[in-house]
Amino acid sequence: MRKIPLKSTGELALMRESGRIVAEVLALVGGAIRPGVATVELDTLAEGYIRAQGAEPAFKGYGHDPSNLFPATLCVSLDDEVVHGFPSPTPLEEGQVVSIDVGVLKNGFYGDGAMTFAVGRTGEEKRELLRVTEEALYRGIAQARAGNHLYDISSAIQEHVEAAGFSVVKDLVGHGVGRNLHEEPAVPNYGVRGTGVVLRPGMVLAIEPMVNAGTYRVKVDSDGWTVRTADGRPSAHFEHTVAIRNGEAEILTRYGQTGSH
Amino acid sequence: MAKQGPIKVDGTITETLPNAMFKVTLESGHTILAHISGKMRMNFIKILVGDKVTVELSPYDLTKGRITYRYK
Repeated sequence: MRKIPLKSTGELALMRESGRIVAEVLALVGGAIRPGVATVELDTLAEGYIRAQGAEPAFKGYGHDPSNLFPATLCVSLDDEVVHGFPSPTPLEEGQVVSIDVGVLKNGFYGDGAMTFAVGRTGEEKRELLRVTEEALYRGIAQARAGNHLYDISSAIQEHVEAAGFSVVKDLVGHGVGRNLHEEPAVPNYGVRGTGVVLRPGMVLAIEPMVNAGTYRVKVDSDGWTVRTADGRPSAHFEHTVAIRNGEAEILTRYGQTGSH
Repeated sequence: MAKQGPIKVDGTITETLPNAMFKVTLESGHTILAHISGKMRMNFIKILVGDKVTVELSPYDLTKGRITYRYK
């Protein structure tokens, strides 16, 4: 396995800055979500804010296939879309759930965070799904401390989600963050407690449970990006960039208030 | 943005090759070259032609894989 980069105190200060911008974009976009708003408008809002902060959107132009790079600032994933959806001119509708994922690059360091929001009033299953997914994220973060194993995070997320009768997506994983948007290690949302590398101070991880109401199976649309549930049931996604230290991890993308539902 | 994890697919062993390499025909019909994971080697799990296995593929090279599980 490639080496996991450790961040110095100075580098962590820069990552804190990138993380702050991510949190502020999520708060800004979350506040603008309501029925009738087109998600391309949210994308414009986010990009404007990021550039005004002297940062760059990290997802725009990202990808492994040079002929099909991600076209937008935000990943906007509605209802059965799990992650990596494109912003669209179609207005949001009451009762939908919309996942907003944002990445920024400033001073050579990335920040990455996501939240799923309810559009107006939603049904009970979707509310429950959002609540369990956000709780799972914090259960995972609670295990993210120096001396613990990497998959302690993964198993905490999986156990919480499966106890609620939902399932975790296995084809996509969280990841290290730093000078690259994706670096070692991969942080799956499933795993066996007590296994995986030992966490050390200075590691920075993007922990991101992707939780489906039905099957864990997913498929990718013909656009090459949008991941949706195989059974068409809804999915939720919450993500924080966290820095490992002795004791509780520092959440670099913390928004003042948790959740909007 | 989530990272693409290793792709896991099921297949059947069609040929055993030297050095614990195998030809595996996937459910999708493709045939790939796969080696056996270190953990399976340590636990001395025998693999024979016709066995159903789980293979992890790298998103970068879909013609090679790693056998991580043999179904009973």
